[in-house]
Amino acid sequence: MALPVEEIKKLIKESIPDASIEIKDLMGDSNHYAAIIKSKMFNNLNKIEQHKLVYKSLKGKMGNELHALSITTEGK
Amino acid sequence: MEINEKIKNLLNENDVCLFMKGTPESPQCGFSMAVTNVLKHLNINFNGINVLEDENLRQGIKDFSDWPTIPQLYVKSEFIGGCDIIKEMFEKGELKKLFEEKKII
Repeated sequence: MALPVEEIKKLIKESIPDASIEIKDLMGDSNHYAAIIKSKMFNNLNKIEQHKLVYKSLKGKMGNELHALSITTEGK
Repeated sequence: MEINEKIKNLLNENDVCLFMKGTPESPQCGFSMAVTNVLKHLNINFNGINVLEDENLRQGIKDFSDWPTIPQLYVKSEFIGGCDIIKEMFEKGELKKLFEEKKII
């Protein structure tokens, strides 16, 4: 079920190439993460749209392999 | 289609709906608990809908909003966000403002 940090970063980068991504493994179990993601692609989007962009980059893994990823998004 | 009708009815019946895991009295997931606590803190009357009791609803609400996670907060039928967005809005004072603008408080 677990998804390693590098895999998450890679998936996000594929959809959001300019993203700066900081990911913390909250429990050290590769299953509960917090991510801070900054990208120019967020600049003209509201929060819901920003988070949807991140969820879409994870290609259906969110809510499945990836149970807990808390997301903070910011424009650049 | 049927599940979408059910969701729309739930949203029409209550100004503030939280689709969550567990109940407001006994949330079954930390994220649902966090949003419940925020709403209680702001003294918001809300209908907590337990998606764990209905597998159709659990998937249906994700399709309805095109949002892959639970909890999901709706105010006057509008999707406001999941746990991260609600917590961020609360911390910035934006959530209270939204409830005021929507004439909930």
